[in-house]
Amino acid sequence: MGKQILLKNIDVPGLADFQVYRKLGGYTAVEKALKTLSPDQITEEVKKSGLKGRGGAGFPTGMKWSFIDKQSEKAKYLVCNYDESEPGTFKDRHIGKLNPHQLIEGMILGSYALGANTAYIYIRGELFYVLKILEKAIQEAYKNGFLGENILGTGYSLDLYCHPGAGAYICGEETALLESLEGKRGNPRIKPPFPAIVGLYGSPTVVNNVETIAALPWIVKNGYEAYAAIGIGNSKGTKLISACGHINKPGIYEIELGLPVEEFIYSDEYCGGIRNGNKLKAVVAGGSSVPILPASLILKTAAGEPRLMSYESLAEGGFQTGTMLGSGGFIVMDHTTCIVKNLLTFARFYRHESCGQCSPCREGTSWMEKILTRIENGQGTMKDIDLLVDIAKHVEGNTICPLGDAAAWPVASAIRHFREEFEEHVKLQKCPF
Amino acid sequence: MPLLKVTIDNIEVEVEAGTTIMNAARIIGGKVVPPAMCYYSKLEGSGGKCRTCLVKVAQGSARDPRPMPKLVASCRTLVQDGMVVQNITSPEAMESRQAITEFLLINHPLDCPVCDQAGECHLQDLSYVHGLQETRTVEERRTFKPIDIGDKIKLNMNRCILCYRCVMVADQITEKRVHGVLGRGDHSEISTLIVKAVDNDFSGNMIDVCPVGALTDNTFRFKSRVWFAKPMDAHRKCSKCSGKVVLWMKGDELLRVTGRKDKYGEVGEFICNDCRFEQKEKNDWIIEGPRTIERHSVISQNHYEISPGESVRMIK
Ligand SMILES: Cc1cc2nc3c(=O)[nH]c(=O)nc-3n(C[C@H](O)[C@H](O)[C@H](O)COP(=O)(O)O)c2cc1C
Ligand code: SF4
Ligand code: SF4
Ligand code: FES
Repeated sequence: MGKQILLKNIDVPGLADFQVYRKLGGYTAVEKALKTLSPDQITEEVKKSGLKGRGGAGFPTGMKWSFIDKQSEKAKYLVCNYDESEPGTFKDRHIGKLNPHQLIEGMILGSYALGANTAYIYIRGELFYVLKILEKAIQEAYKNGFLGENILGTGYSLDLYCHPGAGAYICGEETALLESLEGKRGNPRIKPPFPAIVGLYGSPTVVNNVETIAALPWIVKNGYEAYAAIGIGNSKGTKLISACGHINKPGIYEIELGLPVEEFIYSDEYCGGIRNGNKLKAVVAGGSSVPILPASLILKTAAGEPRLMSYESLAEGGFQTGTMLGSGGFIVMDHTTCIVKNLLTFARFYRHESCGQCSPCREGTSWMEKILTRIENGQGTMKDIDLLVDIAKHVEGNTICPLGDAAAWPVASAIRHFREEFEEHVKLQKCPF
Repeated sequence: MPLLKVTIDNIEVEVEAGTTIMNAARIIGGKVVPPAMCYYSKLEGSGGKCRTCLVKVAQGSARDPRPMPKLVASCRTLVQDGMVVQNITSPEAMESRQAITEFLLINHPLDCPVCDQAGECHLQDLSYVHGLQETRTVEERRTFKPIDIGDKIKLNMNRCILCYRCVMVADQITEKRVHGVLGRGDHSEISTLIVKAVDNDFSGNMIDVCPVGALTDNTFRFKSRVWFAKPMDAHRKCSKCSGKVVLWMKGDELLRVTGRKDKYGEVGEFICNDCRFEQKEKNDWIIEGPRTIERHSVISQNHYEISPGESVRMIK
């Protein structure tokens, strides 16, 4: 079993309760930080810990914080991105549901480091049950003096609010999230300026994922060396992986970064192998938007090295033979899976969730879905396969926000690695599965 | 403030800090100006959406000469000193423009023969230059029924390219916006929650900023192809706006009143609904003379000839 940071006490009954969390050493990181560390020292700790954003892009957290202009007269904000809606990604909801105080403690630490006196948790509307748990925990934190005016008599004040979204995946994109939080239509903003300069209500803002923020208490308590000692290369610490699909033990696992993919899939400690002893066909390793890889390339890199669960190893080979760690949504498919049908499901999702602001994404996502529907239903032509590649190419990189890329990559990679299967659909004029 | 030097398609120009690539190109003029389907200089926050103006930045600035990794929206990207931009000299930008034009057309009804905008439509112009010869879609097109969003404004959503200009007009020059974008993705639409809800003194400008035939003037509906109408500059005293307009005449009959558009299709001054919809007698106006249409457009087919300098002049 690897080191447990995020899920260590997750099975303790009543962990969502303030007293239980506190007895297990909860909020001591806040005590340590507010009483003995300056905001800049915390930012420095986080920088040196090597923590990267767990929301998908993997941007170094400490560096993101340092873009905030501390001298600015404007208010600063920390916003927690709890919109978790990508197919295959279901890790954040686990934290808020079972260990809400860990997230709140992280929010206090992050806000203190950024000089923010107001912070928000923007939570996906469908996670209403988590919202209720969080709000109760926030009330407890206020009652016990960890939120509100003059926390622990240190002079630092923080108000923390939860705001539910209305059910749009695009509101997970950080600038769409800020628009939505401001009460507007959740369209992504055109960047630059980035949120660190012009964010919520025009003020310097950091948006961080739930898992990123939940790692902060441990880092502050144990020091950056301890965190940086876990992991491999530039992939430090632990990562939550939500594993699903044709495995024996789907669920949420905390892994030390650097764990071999093969061990993750086959060992009983994690996924426990493929169902019914079936053959592994393909894996989407980091949530629906990252490139799909066939079994041969997910277990080993093109160079024949064992593939590891780390930012660098999964990306090795670029998009030709590699993929991304993304948000950690690990979707496993066995030999009974139709790649075309799976891709169609993803394509339908992106078409439905595109905000529609920019023409390549709005039109491209719907066109790709229509073509895939035809191919899957046996009405496709060989030309359609090349057309899909061409559309994906022209959506990618030409849009306002990365949703366009996220819609294009699965299409491009599925055809790159499983072209014969598309051709078979065309030749047979039906789905062979 | 020192001027910034930028090179666009090998032509150098000096501009003030805060100028976008698009506006720097407009200073140069001619072929290096990227087409703008959503950007509108008079509307704050416009641009960035249609992606027809994407260009290649081959050198970011003199200080940091690295190229930008992706094509950028020229209407929303600021010039840096020493920046080198490729528009028509970039095969990559041209390829993407062709693709974007195709994207804008795959759900378009291609009903130009019955569209009042034909002849002054930016999408027609764009397709003329960047469109593909053949159609690569067999899919059914998205369809909506035409509706009246105001008593004088017809919305034909099938033709809309979701440029958001009309939304910005309503936000920025009328008292209250009562229409907007409903839904999202390819199923989003411009609409009002209540039929004919758009009712205020400046709503007619939504028609003028619409780059396509999605918003048209109900009082001009099917009266004439625009190229059979003669545009005349005219003015009147008006308490609400400048009163400076273009009259579209057929003989002595006044068919339509619009704002005065420049070669980018942008009006110089927004006009009020009184001038646009209510003053439909020739005698209501002081006529200044024929208007030169400075845009290479289908409108030029009957009345205008193309001079070598790309601008279009009326045949006397
Ligand atoms: C379409 C789209 C959806 C996204 N959804 C989420 C999400 O649900 N949760 C999340 O943390 N980040 C999401 N992101 C990434 C955020 O934009 C942002 O990068 C992230 O919240 C930053 O936090 P981090 O640095 O802690 O990873 C999404 C991005 C895109 C383009
Ligand atoms: S890429 Fe898609 S989701 Fe993102 S802004 Fe453009 S249309 Fe909206
Ligand atoms: S109706 Fe016209 S102006 Fe309004 S968004 Fe559509 S194309 Fe643009
Ligand atoms: S004109 Fe620049 S994106 Fe539309």
